[in-house]
Parts: sequence; structure tokens; C-alpha cells
Amino acid sequence: MNPAFSVIFLTTLIGVGQGLFVAMVTGQSISALGFLPEQSNQYYVFGSIVVIGFLIAGLVASFFHLGHPERAWRAAAMWRTSWLSREVIVLPLLMGAVFVYGLINYSEWNLSELGITNGFKGDLALIVGIAGVVITFALFICTGMIYACIKFLQEWSHPLTVINFTLFGLCSGFLLATLIAQYRAPDFVSLFGGCSLVFLLLVLITRLWSLYRNSKIRHKSTLQSAIGIRHNKIQQKSQGFMGGSVNTRDFFHHVGPIFFKSIKWIFLLLVFPVAMALLISGMMQQSVVLLAIAFGLQYVGLLAERWFFFAQANHPQNLYYQTIS
Amino acid sequence: MDMKPSKKQLALVIDLNVCVGCHACVTSCKEWNTSGISGYMSDDNPYGEDPTGNFFNRVQTFEVGEYPNTETVHFPKSCLHCEEPPCVPVCPTGASYKREEDGIVLVDYDKCIGCRYCSWACPYGAREIDEHQKVMKKCTLCVDRIYDEELPKEERKPACVMACPTNARLFGDVHDPDSNVSVAIREEGGYALMPEWNTKPANHYLPRRRTQRSINDDELVRADNPLNKEIEVSKPNFDEPSLDDSTSW
Ligand code: SF4
Ligand code: SF4
Repeated sequence: MNPAFSVIFLTTLIGVGQGLFVAMVTGQSISALGFLPEQSNQYYVFGSIVVIGFLIAGLVASFFHLGHPERAWRAAAMWRTSWLSREVIVLPLLMGAVFVYGLINYSEWNLSELGITNGFKGDLALIVGIAGVVITFALFICTGMIYACIKFLQEWSHPLTVINFTLFGLCSGFLLATLIAQYRAPDFVSLFGGCSLVFLLLVLITRLWSLYRNSKIRHKSTLQSAIGIRHNKIQQKSQGFMGGSVNTRDFFHHVGPIFFKSIKWIFLLLVFPVAMALLISGMMQQSVVLLAIAFGLQYVGLLAERWFFFAQANHPQNLYYQTIS
Repeated sequence: MDMKPSKKQLALVIDLNVCVGCHACVTSCKEWNTSGISGYMSDDNPYGEDPTGNFFNRVQTFEVGEYPNTETVHFPKSCLHCEEPPCVPVCPTGASYKREEDGIVLVDYDKCIGCRYCSWACPYGAREIDEHQKVMKKCTLCVDRIYDEELPKEERKPACVMACPTNARLFGDVHDPDSNVSVAIREEGGYALMPEWNTKPANHYLPRRRTQRSINDDELVRADNPLNKEIEVSKPNFDEPSLDDSTSW
């Protein structure tokens, strides 16, 4: 496929936002249980604003992909059959949940206002937060399934697609959470940084697994099945037109093999060892700057990863467009 | 997603045995549809540096075999109006739909948001977004011709079918076992493209068939000749009178 930058930014940006939100709620739950010191409400409010910022940035990026963004609301119609439609519903739902979570933290509302008292500080925020985390995972599934549900894009059509989208989002979101914690809530740094490292190692395994799987794929569609002629030697002599068309532009990445391979190495390097080294040294030196560089470089690596994810998928329609004339 | 099989399923059957690759269906399709309800069909820089545009139908050419045993196959390709169209359930807006009444797969341009997802979900590359109107376009099976009562009955067919000089394109209801298309599929080996994805294309293709007779040598020369029918009959010499010289008719 030809990677579309709008979609690359959409999936990576909302991934960061989702991961960051999961981190905030995790931190708040653990401190409510008393394992870590309590943090100020401003910290959670600030975090929620950053999460919403990333989600909105992703949404804006996605609009660049649409021919008619003014009609985007129509995309909520077919949630029964379409994962894209489900994503279109779940994303604003998550924004709403994060907004309410931030608002509750801001106003310091508690269940005690409803006459329910218990020992937990911020109990109402936690309830909304946990509901938000459920929505976050639903969104990861929707986003991943958009790609994983197309059977004949065999590189995508596997649970690993959903798993990788989720783990990359969590890993980058927790990394950003570490950065914010270093700045606003140092008690959380080792929790978030540690989680980010765990997700990093997990996604290293699953992404390498999917790269291995993709390198071994035998494509079910062949020129023989595409035109229905049984013969080992078939050559296209003409694709029917000399100029370009959507078919020749949209479904192939149009870069040379060296560029293509180097993107793979760039993402493997930036997302994994580089980010890991910077994260660990940032945590040890308690340096906001190092953590910021770690997040920035990992995000660039994630852009490369997503580019490669799209570019590596082989669309069977390309079988019909091998030779201009 | 399992779709209820529609009562009727209109479709094309394309006979690769007689297609000569003249592109008459391509041009007549573009001509009809650019001015019809599903138009326009963009055509940018048609004579310039980098021409591009929309087509609902293309004719491609393949060479099968190795020289000198090769065969040229001209291969027209348009939306196959699949009975299990993977392009339809993925559409988030419902702009892409398959008609209950005749199985034609259509796009409602007023609902389409131009997200291209359906074109990713068609294994055949039969959907092309219009870069100007920013909506998804594809073959409509000339839905604006085939029911038009203003047209004489024999012209209520897709424009490509009307244009084909070799009758390589048949049009009809593949769910009616007695229709011309069903008979052709059944009796002449009609097949579907990329059956591996279970899209159940409604359009079918008829294979190349060599018209070959197997003749033994002894069928060309009569080996035995019991009645001596083929003995040389003696002719008169040139200077001898023949029947023509003595008789006036
Ligand atoms: S050929 Fe492609 S566009 Fe047409 S119905 Fe089948 S999947 Fe959909
Ligand atoms: S491009 Fe239009 S028809 Fe295709 S999936 Fe998107 S909204 Fe539906």
C-alpha cells in the first residue's frame, strides 16, 4: 500500500494519547491504594489536557485523509459491520471520558457528594478513569481491526496487527507519562518508566514476530488466479493505459528497495534501543531533557514503523498493474 | 458478513475467447458514464505530460506461454458486482451498498466521505476515487440505461455490451438458470476471478477455447476405394474436338 501520512499521524498520535491516559489512571489507582504518594489534582488535569490534545491532533490528521471531512459524522452509521465506523464512534467517546475525568479531578468531586463515603481519594475520578481505560482498549481494537479485518491484505490480517497497535500505543504513552511525571510528579517516574520498558520489550517481540511472519508469507492470489488462466508463464503486456491512475498510485509505496529497507532499520533502531537507552539514562539522571529526547526520537521511530506497516502490505490488485505497456 | 442472496443478480459474462482487445467497451463506458448519473469521470491532462483519470472498465493484455507457443489474452476488468462484496460492509457511512432487487453494487455519492477504505477492501482494484469530486466511483452496470424505458428494449444494456464488436460481453441475470449468461457459464466453462477470497463475483469469464479438430491422416486421403471413384478420367487432347465445339447450347 502507499502509506498515507494522515493515517500514519492519526494512528500514532491517538496511540500516544491512549497510552498516556492508561498511565494516568494507573498512577492514580496505585496512589489511591496507598502504594505511591498522592499527587495534586492539577497533575491529573494537566495529563488529561495533554491526552485530549493528542486525540484531537490525531482526529485533525485523519480529516486530511477524507475527501469530504464535512460529512465525517456520517461515518458513525455502519457500526454494525465496519470497524472504521466503530472507531469513529469510540474515539469521541474516549475524548468525552477523558474530559469528564479531567473535570472531576479539577473540581475535586467525590462519591461523598452523592452520600457514599469510602476511604479512597478521588474515587469518582477513578471510576470514570477505569471506564475510560476500557474505552481506550476498545479504541485500540477498532484501530487495529480496521487493518486486520481485510483478509487479502495478508500482512495485516492477523491478531498481531491489533496487538502491535496496542503495545506501541502503550509504550509511547507511558514514555510520555514518564516525561510528564519527571516534570510534575517525580514519585511516578519509576512506575511509568518501568511499564514503558516492559511494553517496549513486549512489542519488540511481537513486532519482530510480525516482521518474520511477513517475510514468510505466501500470497494466496497469483496472476493465475487473478485472470483465471492456468499456466506457469503469464506476462502482462499492457495494463490498459499509459498514464497514471488511482490503481497505480494508491496501492504501492513507489520507493526503491534500499529506501524501503532502511525505513525498517530506522524504526527498529529508534523505537527500541535508542529510546530504551535514553529512557533508562533519563530516569537515572532524572533529566526531563533526556526523557523528552527519548519520547521525540521514539515518536519519529513510530512514524517510520507505521510507514513500513503500510508499505509492506501487498494488495492483490497490484497483480493487474505490473506493466504499463 | 453473510448477505442474503438477492433474487436477481445482474452481471456480465466476458468471453476471453473472442475479445480482441479493441477497447471499444472502455471508451463507450467512459462516454456514457461521464455524462450519465454517475459522472463525471475525470480526465486530467489527456494529451499532456502525465495523463490520469477515472475509468470503470479497463482492458488489459497478457501473454500466456513462452515463444513460440504463446497466446495473447485480452482481459477486460471492471467491478464484478460480487455476491459477497468485501467492499460493502467496511464502508463506515453506508454509501457503498448492494441492491436487494438486482445485486448491483453502487456508491451513493451524497453519503460517501471519500475515505478510500472500500477501495482497499476490493481485491480486484475495481474502485477508483475521483480526485475532483472526492467520492468513490465504480462500474454501475449502467443502472441508468438498463431500466430506461425511453430506450428501445434491445438497447437497455450496459454501454460496454452495446459497444462490443465481437459480442464478447454478455449481460443478464446469473440467478436465472435459463438466462443467456447462466447458460454460457454452465456450458462454456465460466469461472470467477480470485475465488480464494470467497467474494463470489457475479461477473464471470469464459476461457480461451482452441477451435481444433482432431483429424487422422487416413481421413484426408481415402485409404480404400471400393468403387474406384477416384481413378483418373482420361481427358481429350487439346487439339481434339470437345463437346463445346460441336454443340451450341
Ligand atoms: S469487484 Fe470489488 S468493488 Fe466490485 S463488488 Fe467486488 S469487491 Fe466490491
Ligand atoms: S470511500 Fe465512500 S464508499 Fe468507500 S468506504 Fe469510504 S465512505 Fe464508503
